[in-house]
Amino acid sequence: MSDFTIRLKSIKNIQKITKSMKMVAAAKYARAEKQLKPARVYGTGALALYEKADIKAPEDKVAKHLIVGVTSDRGLCGAIHSGVAKTIKNEIANLTGSGKEVMVINVGDKLRGLLHRTHGKHILLNCKEVGRKPPNFSDASVIATELLTSGYEFDQGSVIFNRFRSVISYKTDQKPLFSNDTVSSSENMGVYDDIDADVLRNYQEFALVNVIYLALKESSTSEQSARMTAMDSASKNASEMIDKLTLTFNRTRQAVITKELIEIISGAAAL
Amino acid sequence: MLAARLFRRALPVLRQARSYADAASGAPQMSFTFASPTQVFFREASVKQVDVPTLTGVFGILPAHVPTLQVLRPGVVTVFNDDGSSAKYFATLAAESLSLSEDRRQSLNILVSSGSVTVNADSSVQLLAEEAVPLDQLDVTAARANLEKAQSELVGTADEAVRAEVQISIEANEAIVKALE
Repeated sequence: MSDFTIRLKSIKNIQKITKSMKMVAAAKYARAEKQLKPARVYGTGALALYEKADIKAPEDKVAKHLIVGVTSDRGLCGAIHSGVAKTIKNEIANLTGSGKEVMVINVGDKLRGLLHRTHGKHILLNCKEVGRKPPNFSDASVIATELLTSGYEFDQGSVIFNRFRSVISYKTDQKPLFSNDTVSSSENMGVYDDIDADVLRNYQEFALVNVIYLALKESSTSEQSARMTAMDSASKNASEMIDKLTLTFNRTRQAVITKELIEIISGAAAL
Repeated sequence: MLAARLFRRALPVLRQARSYADAASGAPQMSFTFASPTQVFFREASVKQVDVPTLTGVFGILPAHVPTLQVLRPGVVTVFNDDGSSAKYFATLAAESLSLSEDRRQSLNILVSSGSVTVNADSSVQLLAEEAVPLDQLDVTAARANLEKAQSELVGTADEAVRAEVQISIEANEAIVKALE
């Protein structure tokens, strides 16, 4: 009987914890979603050039790839980290299969943990302390700076993150990154007037920061909403377990009392 | 007689649809998007003209401007709406990005650019600034005070990194003061 009480107490504690985690995640989610709206306009504005000028990396010339995977440091948020890791692993397999070189930048410790054992030699940079506070523009610019000074000259790249769709759904998505060479040698760029190498370089760097910023914002909103759903179902499961355990506990207790009563009565009858 | 009847039947009366010529297609509208990472000012809005301070000078962008890419420098952005009213904003570097180390930024030239402007072939304009505030939210006395403080700091220090940072804030404050006067 005592192990029932111990189990019941511990499950009740867990339920309290998951409930409070859910409320914290709900508050953070509300704030993240509010900040996501302008960030989305900003990010899509930054990518507009590449879409409208229809810039594509030439298939044969591309030899060096870069993948930026955006997750965070903390778990208990459903399939957020594993989704991004799976996409990255598939990409690496495809690209190395066709003879291209790939390097990965991990934003978030969880991604590093998922990738470093099997794909350790593809990792270029790791970023920690992601997810504790909402991401801002300077975080994105730090990441972009480190990327540009790392010395890895990539021909094409992509940012893989979780795009926020709604409170209960998100989707792993990719946004492209282009190198300066690709952009300047793209055919539609001739339409654009008065561009010299310096201006293009500055523009590209700024666009890089913007894409990373968009990915960070979307990723953090998806993560908070996923954590909210995960903790919600954890609390529900815990309540279910508590109900079942309470029933079995009561049944056992009543059975013991009945047994004692029977012993007493049969003992008295024997006298 | 027969020939005439046949002749008449053979020639159907041709009706030609006649209509006015198509009106000349209207001037392409400019779809203007102006945003900072935390705030959206214009989102695919239709405006008449935008004045933008870039590294190579101040640009006036009207609909059907030739496509181009430019990098912004801290300064005043003026938006002229369709109805004739205008709104001014001050676009600059975000304060946090100033904390990046100087030599890093020099090598990347992120130092001077406070944003980017893209004019596309379909007459859409994207103006992205690291930070932008409407001009009426800036206080000229505070800007002057900051400017004097920055100028005295510049004289006082010899460290390259700090000098460069102070230089930016001097430029920004000067532009603010000039714009507000």
